[in-house]
Amino acid sequence: MEANATSSKGRSGRKSIMQGNEACAKGAVYAGCRFFAGYPITPSTEIIELLSEEMMNAGGVFIQMEDEIASACAICGARWGGKKAMTATSGPGFTLMQETIGFAAVTETPVVIVNVQRGGPSTGQPTMSSQQDIYQVRYGSHGDYEIIALAPSSVQEMYDFTVRAFELSEKFRTPVVVLADEVVGHMREKVIVYEGEKQIRAGHRSYVVSPQEDFYTGGNSMVEGQLHDEYGRRIGHLAQESGQFIRSINRKITDHIDEIADVDSFFMEDADVAIVAYGSVARPATSAVRLVKGIKEEAEEKVGRFGLIKKVFSRGKGTESPYSHLKLGLVKVNSVWPFPEAEIRRLAGHCKYVFVPEMNIGKYYREIERCLPECRVVSLPKVGGELHKPKELLAEIERVVTA
Amino acid sequence: MNRLMERYLKTDALPTLFCPGCGNGIVQNAAIAAVDRLGMRQDIACVSGIGCSSWIPCYFAMDVMHTTHGRALAFATGLKLARPEKEVLVFTGDGDCMAIGGNHLLHACRRNIDMCVIMVNNYIYGMTGGQKSPATPYGLTTKTSPWGSYDEPLQGAELAMDLGATYAARWTTAHPAQLSKSIEAGIKHKGFAFIEVISQCPTQSGKELYGTRDAAKIVQYFKENSWSYKHGVKPPEGKIVVGVLRHDNDKGEFTEKMLEKQKAVQSSRSRKKGGEGQ
Repeated sequence: MEANATSSKGRSGRKSIMQGNEACAKGAVYAGCRFFAGYPITPSTEIIELLSEEMMNAGGVFIQMEDEIASACAICGARWGGKKAMTATSGPGFTLMQETIGFAAVTETPVVIVNVQRGGPSTGQPTMSSQQDIYQVRYGSHGDYEIIALAPSSVQEMYDFTVRAFELSEKFRTPVVVLADEVVGHMREKVIVYEGEKQIRAGHRSYVVSPQEDFYTGGNSMVEGQLHDEYGRRIGHLAQESGQFIRSINRKITDHIDEIADVDSFFMEDADVAIVAYGSVARPATSAVRLVKGIKEEAEEKVGRFGLIKKVFSRGKGTESPYSHLKLGLVKVNSVWPFPEAEIRRLAGHCKYVFVPEMNIGKYYREIERCLPECRVVSLPKVGGELHKPKELLAEIERVVTA
Repeated sequence: MNRLMERYLKTDALPTLFCPGCGNGIVQNAAIAAVDRLGMRQDIACVSGIGCSSWIPCYFAMDVMHTTHGRALAFATGLKLARPEKEVLVFTGDGDCMAIGGNHLLHACRRNIDMCVIMVNNYIYGMTGGQKSPATPYGLTTKTSPWGSYDEPLQGAELAMDLGATYAARWTTAHPAQLSKSIEAGIKHKGFAFIEVISQCPTQSGKELYGTRDAAKIVQYFKENSWSYKHGVKPPEGKIVVGVLRHDNDKGEFTEKMLEKQKAVQSSRSRKKGGEGQ
């Protein structure tokens, strides 16, 4: 089913139905990615399969490497060769890539890594979903560094966030992770995709600690994994300079959170109970809010901040809902790292209760708890590979709120 | 410092962190001389991993990528594929290349991807203080084989040939001119070129391996114990086989095959598009 669409106000594209992993691959091509290196792994394999074809069609390079370590290294090498580059993987593969992610952060190599999460630890649950890598993506590599991670909750966001990952990685010259999961990777739904190639501007020099030219341009670039000065000369043996470098490489991200933070909110103005969710769990969380508000009709779509398509719900009647006594709102965190603390505080700071459902043992709620000391933050973890059900969420919220 | 090196070294990064008597300076000289003879300074990028030998290109005023332990060949593969028309020169060591990076060596050789790899083999982990490597001779006492190593050693150049490298050579630090010529040939060679350089580490392995920490004496030992490779002739026991061991131009190269495929896909697509219009 395909049709030309000019909905989502002002952005024309081709409307179609596809899988999340397919949308991710299409998004990469649209963002100008012309190098893909990867290694097959469930549940991200559709991305490598599709790009083996699409890269050739787009005149780009595709290579199936010997493992995930080599894949992550190859995309860094390719980026210094001047090609926008990406790899995609899942759980165990993402673990193998961690050393290279640290290398990309310290050498300011703009690359995109897609992690379609599955259940762990170890081989874990290859075909089931999870959000267990929420801390691995932030703290996975050794040493002090900041990472940008975007968590899509729909096929449209799989596409849009992949494009945005390239924009952010080029702007801040840093690795960016698209933290998807099996649910969004494999679901099929409507998506608006674009033709051609988006022009992505290179980052401003002020964001970069050690600006090095792409290779073969006569710049005598020095890409150095050891801590280095602005010319790439090693300073790892000097305490003062090394400290300065570590602060700079972290602050180039943390000082610009407002340019990265992407947090949606629904019915939060008059809420005193909030759900904070990210990734695919934002779906049942949205449904829960709709149940409370008695909203039956589809959400309207609008182009919002950073040019992303945002859902807008009409205010439902709420009368026919058995939960209408709950003043429930939703905060949907799209850019999970760097932690958008100020945004979350602004949106949910006034709430009495904040519920954090996650498809893991309960991790991200600690961040929420830390930034909302006035609220009662309740973790709603679910492990085993299944999404929360909306009514399950509401029952738990009801139990806590009325206790 | 000679005039050539003055032009190619980042003088503000000197002195190097190599120990007195290290063989890395000889390899630096040989590589720079080769690059200069080719006149391709801006068309060659250097990639290295971790270890003493991986510091060799870090002093070159060229495009240099000093990467993670064992992964130089994976980074180099990405760089070469992104820019097939340019050259990649990889510096690695016996541990970096054959232990932690063994898998990448296997697959780079198998693909016969166009790059020139210089593996400096000092039979030891020098930077970490003298532990055994996959090249350490059987029975050698090192920091991690205090009663003698009982691991079977690998032969770098022979391993690369077995895995599919189409250019392979071995020299020692007593053969700087031959080494430089081989590096030149390796860069020019369209395919995977592997050059093993037997080098001295007077600090960590000199005493155990050669009975002396005197670099000059070790280089003298290399000179006296090298045997020039002759096709079909069995080398005498205990000698270091040096020379160009393989130079095969017949096997297809990876990026060439990729570009060919890419061209075919593109032209079949444009044919299809043209067909739809009619």
